[in-house]
Amino acid sequence: MTTDPDRAGPKPDRAGGPPRSSTQIDRTPGPRVDVCVVGAGPAGGLLAHRLAERGHDVTVLDAGPRFDMGERARLDRMERTLRPGHAAPEVWEMGGARDAYSTGRRSYPLNHTRVKGVGGSTLHWQGIVMRLHESDFERGSRGEGDADWPIDYADLRPYYAAAERGLGVAGGSDNPFAPPREEPFPLPAFPPSYSDALFAPACEELGITMHSVPGARNTEPYDGRPVCDGYGTRRPAGPAGGQYSGDVHVRKAEAAGARVVDRTPVQRLTVDRSGERATAAVYATPDGREHRQEARQFVLAAGGVETPRLLLLSTSPEHPDGLANSSGLVGRHFMDHCFAGVGGRLDERTRQHHLGFNTRESHQFYETDDPDVGAIKLEFLNYAGPSPLDRALSDGRWGDDLLDALRESYGSHVGVGALIEQPPRAENRVRLDPSRTDDHGNPVPRIEWSLGDRTRRTIERANEIQRTILDELGATIAWTVGPDSTGPAAHHMGTTRMGDDPATSVVDARLRAHDLANLWVASSSVFPTGGAMNPTLTIAALALMAAENVDEAL
Amino acid sequence: MELTRRDALAALAGGTTLVGTGAAVVGRGPADPGRDGSAGSAAGNGEKADPGNRPIRFDEEELEALVAVAQVLYPSKVAGVREFVETYAAGRFERRSGASPTAGVREALQTLDERAREWEGEGYAALDPDARERVLAQMGANTAESDPRGTDAERVRHGVVDELLYALYASPAGGRLLGIENPPGWPGGLDAYRRGPDGRLPERWRSTDGRAPTGRRGGR
Repeated sequence: MTTDPDRAGPKPDRAGGPPRSSTQIDRTPGPRVDVCVVGAGPAGGLLAHRLAERGHDVTVLDAGPRFDMGERARLDRMERTLRPGHAAPEVWEMGGARDAYSTGRRSYPLNHTRVKGVGGSTLHWQGIVMRLHESDFERGSRGEGDADWPIDYADLRPYYAAAERGLGVAGGSDNPFAPPREEPFPLPAFPPSYSDALFAPACEELGITMHSVPGARNTEPYDGRPVCDGYGTRRPAGPAGGQYSGDVHVRKAEAAGARVVDRTPVQRLTVDRSGERATAAVYATPDGREHRQEARQFVLAAGGVETPRLLLLSTSPEHPDGLANSSGLVGRHFMDHCFAGVGGRLDERTRQHHLGFNTRESHQFYETDDPDVGAIKLEFLNYAGPSPLDRALSDGRWGDDLLDALRESYGSHVGVGALIEQPPRAENRVRLDPSRTDDHGNPVPRIEWSLGDRTRRTIERANEIQRTILDELGATIAWTVGPDSTGPAAHHMGTTRMGDDPATSVVDARLRAHDLANLWVASSSVFPTGGAMNPTLTIAALALMAAENVDEAL
Repeated sequence: MELTRRDALAALAGGTTLVGTGAAVVGRGPADPGRDGSAGSAAGNGEKADPGNRPIRFDEEELEALVAVAQVLYPSKVAGVREFVETYAAGRFERRSGASPTAGVREALQTLDERAREWEGEGYAALDPDARERVLAQMGANTAESDPRGTDAERVRHGVVDELLYALYASPAGGRLLGIENPPGWPGGLDAYRRGPDGRLPERWRSTDGRAPTGRRGGR
């Protein structure tokens, strides 16, 4: 067994960060509410906002803190991200006993890939938001997995549009591979970069179509938030709020009357005597006490790891293997996207690292006739090669020697990245690790994640395409991230899959657990397959769909 | 290249500092990098005074030591280091007051000064340039990991060396040396990334003003 590298957790000195939420906050449960939501990330926030607007009494519980989102605090977090001396998970106070985990043979940097607290993992995301393609809903039938989605693109389409309006997505009409849409993006796309212009002739020669990248980042002021200020960082979000993060809708939910209580990790859900209805979320508070929040409906929106973990922790005589787990599939089919990339150098300046995100990509290789490979989403990098700031802070030289080194290392890099589809595999899973417990004595999540042959072949295919582009560009190839060096893209999916058959899925097409009348899941954990698109827009759309269905049930 | 107070204020504006430093006040927002390669002015953007937000300054000895370290770290062609560091330090101290990294800078400077006295017989700022570099190297501040809670060398690396390198290279002043006027950590807006090394939009997208060639927003 391997253990997480960041198990030491945040050190006592929380430099520059806000105080942990006050212990004076009333975290005792209220009377039975209409809806109890577990998780205050983007899914929980969007859903709670929608339901509170409809007049429902909503309580949201989150294991993590309510962060100081003031400009100074966010700048301090950005600086800690950019400067050495702080482990990445520390920036958002991840790590330690609360977030302990273990992995199988292949390591998985779980606490680098998630944030607990109001806003969730969108506090450190890159803000890339596109719709799944129509083909993504039927990849099982195409031999790329063992299950289709029980809904199709048309079912989700209105919710995608609503999600784009909610997040404030900047996008363009120039993607010929994108699924049909009914209305323009809320904001115009980010214009292409100088680096994109270098790629364009090579791609034209090769017949590869480049197009814009939808982003939850403002090209114009939107929803009271300013234009993206171009900090040039990949994360965290810009200090002024020009990039969407989930706390936006948590605040809207609160304004609409929802109650949001931080630092209340839910320990388990309880059920009634019939075992058919959830009755309460049992949660802990910082003072060491446990409380029960009762509700008519429960929604789990705690991501692809903690959602199945909470179900597995919620055992009872009626549900000895965990809640909503009559299929035995809770925690199974854990998926991520894999990164593939090739980079090199040109004999000219390429102007990298002015932005922390990409402005052109290609979905041309997403659908393929080759039965041996899966979906590939190509990305033309705006941040290829070492960042000059990273290099300045890690080089060890100084003065003119350092300047010479920086001039040598920065200036002429180019790179093409890709997200790679990982088909669902039953052996990839989130399970409970009874050998190790968290700060409340619960077994920690154990992440068992491996790559199958198909994923490896798809990565190799992406590398071939990437090398072809760089060869055409005349680049000297310097690095390759291939099947042996790939890593996860921090997209946790698949662990409470949706489907029509209770024997082969955990939630139904309305996102309600097959086994319980009042338990819903709004998370990437319901994805039966994950395609190769960044998942957050689909998470948001599903959350809005779940809100409609919960509203109907109330 | 001449570093100016304006460059330091711009570097601070990357940190959105609102602090009075004499008559100069930093506003927030990106400086226009300027086609001539100048840093532009952050102070001209949303400038406002905050009389209740007085700067807390390092004492003279500490400032002298910071300037002395910067003269080792910064390229020799960079002039105006003193004014840059003094302005930057005043703003940084204010912004981070109450947060440990500021105290970390002060503690790291004390450690550096103690080593200088021990090995060279004088306080750090009083040393000649060779001796300044020697002390930093001898204590291992060049090879140490950066750690605000680590050994003496690790704390000096974090609190002094990285602090000053961050000031320069996360700002347009340092970026100009490398051909990146909007380096990571600097809110340089949404224009610089589109321009070539000559400051111009690429020919192929000039006719569309760099917008997505097939139009705005989409819808099909």
